[in-house]
Amino acid sequence: MDIRFEEVGFTYQKGTPFESRALYDINLSINDKSYTALVGHTGSGKSTVLQHLNALKKPTEGSVSIGEQVITAATNNKGLKKLRKKVGIVFQFPEAQLFEETIGRDIAFGPKNFGVSEEEAIEKAKALLPQVGLDESFLDRSPFDLSGGQMRRVAIAGVLALEPQVLVLDEPTAGLDPQGRKEIMDMFYDLYKNQGLTIVLVTHQMEDVAQYADHMVILEKGTVTKEGAPRDLFKEADWLESMQLGVPQTVRFAQQLEKRFNWTFDPLPLTTDELAEQIKEKIGDGREAGDRT
Amino acid sequence: MNEIVTVNQISYHYTEEDARPALNDVSFSINKGEWIAIIGPNGSGKSTLAKAINGLIEPSGGEVKVGPYELNEENIWSIREMVGMVFQNPDNQFVGSTVQDDVAFGLENQGLPREEMVERVREALEKVNMLEFAEREPARLSGGQKQRVAIAGIVALRPDIMILDEATSMLDPKGREEVLRTVKEVKERENLSVISITHDIDEAASANRILVMREGKLIKEGTPEEIFSYGDQLIEMGLDLPFPEKLKSSLKNSGINVPSEYLTEEGMVEWLWTYDSKK
Repeated sequence: MDIRFEEVGFTYQKGTPFESRALYDINLSINDKSYTALVGHTGSGKSTVLQHLNALKKPTEGSVSIGEQVITAATNNKGLKKLRKKVGIVFQFPEAQLFEETIGRDIAFGPKNFGVSEEEAIEKAKALLPQVGLDESFLDRSPFDLSGGQMRRVAIAGVLALEPQVLVLDEPTAGLDPQGRKEIMDMFYDLYKNQGLTIVLVTHQMEDVAQYADHMVILEKGTVTKEGAPRDLFKEADWLESMQLGVPQTVRFAQQLEKRFNWTFDPLPLTTDELAEQIKEKIGDGREAGDRT
Repeated sequence: MNEIVTVNQISYHYTEEDARPALNDVSFSINKGEWIAIIGPNGSGKSTLAKAINGLIEPSGGEVKVGPYELNEENIWSIREMVGMVFQNPDNQFVGSTVQDDVAFGLENQGLPREEMVERVREALEKVNMLEFAEREPARLSGGQKQRVAIAGIVALRPDIMILDEATSMLDPKGREEVLRTVKEVKERENLSVISITHDIDEAASANRILVMREGKLIKEGTPEEIFSYGDQLIEMGLDLPFPEKLKSSLKNSGINVPSEYLTEEGMVEWLWTYDSKK
């Protein structure tokens, strides 16, 4: 399912003395089965864009098409509910939204709202637990006895229970330890790679953009300033630094090496594995390594 | 050595039924002016340990000594005057309607005269570079700014020890950098001892010494260089790998012999330089 923004603008409290423009002239495509990273610093409009992805907000100018459905300022709110099933959003710190007595019922809440029977919804919850790295024994436990990382997983399972085609993630690993971060990011990547989900990741972590995304959209002051493949955009390291977004450590280090050794890395390495391969080509001449004297 | 915190064989259970103690026979000490990072995966007892130091919990065995005071009911308030704590979520620790009111809150509780309070608030905000925001509403600040105000609130109380409980984990990279820089400056200027509980490699690297917790136990202790040389094992210790370690591991996988000791980025460049020039 593709999502397209055409000349989208959004003004809060339009027509009142308090009106403030959050987005303008946004043209952007999120292709079916892509992994798009949405970056930009605080106040760039990321959260407002995110809320347009499943019509939690309607554009005040232009149009957003989500699959077959076109949303404009004039769109009636009726009929938008089914979009919420197709596009699932994992908000920041989603564990704050847990409320049921058991984990199973919390995960089942969404499907039940869409008419799935209690029994079937609980079955679905049970099946989802292993996918988010929890075993079935969690089903009848209270979500409030869990660690922060485990609560996060339950909340994510609640979104996955609606079987969305597009999964929108707003800083999904904030506050987790590195091991937990990696597990959750790998899980999302697996959903993208093996189950064909479209992923939209809102993040400050350029390392994650480099490692997982195939498309990158940069927002600044309410509009898209650049869009393209991460490998192309990260070439403009100085510009990204000036935007206070930065580049992955691998890119920064590769550029340091290029200067010092007069090397050229092509293509631009985005991960340490890619960098290691290229370093090996340059220095790996079959000699016994590390024999410094 | 001039010890400011001494923890001797403390243990703690959150509930009586809990088979696994949150702290299990932990001992260590911190010298005056020292910066200690406590690392470990989620649930390893890091935060519990911090709470034991300022008496938010009472260990079920062992002793805690802060400055001249043994931690007990009688001394708890004297200890809390010595220890300031910055928590993870910047939004959960504001009480004032303006930045300066918020910083003044702790001082009001100490019953300081108004003139001195005004002066201390100004001074504290200056130290964290937030003076120009004195009249602003805390809610409208960025995460990094909020944490700097929280630090000012502590600095104003002139503590001896500052505990950062994952104080940068909810911030974006810029906010993280700005808070870390502020902690460094304040620590030097006030000669504070700092205890930072963290998953952030840069924060851990700023410390003089790193303590590693696992399942309630203190399992390792060393300088950042010593701890970082554990390479891949760092992940289990709740830390991300420093970049040179990641690259080393990738180089090793591609068949290049890499030195086993910890390399900084500059060290990595030098090593490659030596290696390359020997071709």
